[in-house]
Amino acid sequence: MEIRVTVNGKQHVSDVEPRTLLVHYIREVLGLTGTNVGCDTSSCGACSVHIDGEAVKSCTVLAVQADGSAVTTIEGMAAADGTLHPMQKAFMENHGLQCGYCTPGMVMAATSLLKENPNPTEEEIRIGLEGNLCRCTGYHNIVKSVLAAAGK
Amino acid sequence: MIPASFDYVRAGSAAEAISLIGQYGDEAKFLAGGHSLLPMMKLRLAQPTVLVDIARVKDLSYIRDAGDHIAIGALTRHMDVETSPVLAQHAPLLAHAAGHVGDPQVRHRGTIGGTIAHADPASDLPATTLALGATYVVQGPNGTREIKAADFYKGFLESDLAADEMITEVRVPKMNGAGWSFQKFNRRAQDWAIVGVAAWRGSNGSGVALVNMGQTPVLATSVSKALADGASIADAAALAAAEASPSKDNNASVEYRTHLAKVLVRRALEESTK
Repeated sequence: MEIRVTVNGKQHVSDVEPRTLLVHYIREVLGLTGTNVGCDTSSCGACSVHIDGEAVKSCTVLAVQADGSAVTTIEGMAAADGTLHPMQKAFMENHGLQCGYCTPGMVMAATSLLKENPNPTEEEIRIGLEGNLCRCTGYHNIVKSVLAAAGK
Repeated sequence: MIPASFDYVRAGSAAEAISLIGQYGDEAKFLAGGHSLLPMMKLRLAQPTVLVDIARVKDLSYIRDAGDHIAIGALTRHMDVETSPVLAQHAPLLAHAAGHVGDPQVRHRGTIGGTIAHADPASDLPATTLALGATYVVQGPNGTREIKAADFYKGFLESDLAADEMITEVRVPKMNGAGWSFQKFNRRAQDWAIVGVAAWRGSNGSGVALVNMGQTPVLATSVSKALADGASIADAAALAAAEASPSKDNNASVEYRTHLAKVLVRRALEESTK
């Protein structure tokens, strides 16, 4: 089936099998491998991307469901000149990552969270990131990073 | 994990969706947010040959004050239920429970109609709407009918819904200021409840329903009856599992679940009693 998806501002027209998962479309058809597959069961959040500005788990969305929408992946967060998104910068400055595997999903979930709640408390951040697991257990600095990005 | 092959068609209206399902027969399934169906398809626990995508039926996403009840379109997402000012005022228990479904990413996709049609006893909103005495409006090839939540759930992932019927609206009676509580006991925040309780108590009675305490969501009628007869909260809560038939799994034994239900119902009633 033919789908039209805008990914990181660029429109793509692709012919996909209906069973193609959005994460596989992003990684294997478009070659954007910043979005990771972790658990593949919509638990860990490593595959989080934005659809029309909201974080979703791209292992549990079909590419055909994203037809006509705007998708943002971690590759679309920094400016064209390479300037990092404030959330990326906050993760870097606050040691918000260890091995880095969960980081793209954390950044996507955290930016979606701040859009819905621009001024969260530490507890609201912890609850807001409940769908993202860090197996390095680096949660304290992840939360610190999000607080920093929120201007706290 | 990749689902087995299927054909994908999109419906622009409820009538078109029902006609498409009728055309493809028993092996076809409606796809709304996909957050119950797609995980099952990835595990090959479900292998529909056709998916009829209803997510673009935009006129089924709404939350309206309809006098004595709130009417919620079946395709309303959990995030919209959770953050609805209308529900915060008139059915705060439902809004609060919706905020405990999965995690934010799941709530951006999953819909109230989808989770009810899936009829998972471990899901939060089937039990919550059951406790609230909700009515589900269902559309099929021969028109619409209304099914009370108490008559809807027939078995594990089984409901009164025919294969060619879809839920179009969920009607939740206004709570009129009744006290309420939602208890969800789990190990990780995003997990299904090991046991959950949705409860309300007001001047006109009470409603208590249990999550993950049997093959269907369970209405704890013995608890409400005991309260109506003047029993104390502790005595009423002791009857929490009277209608339940819990199973054991990796998280809990039957005995543990039964005990937990009584504890959580007691807490829920204490929180609901003003």
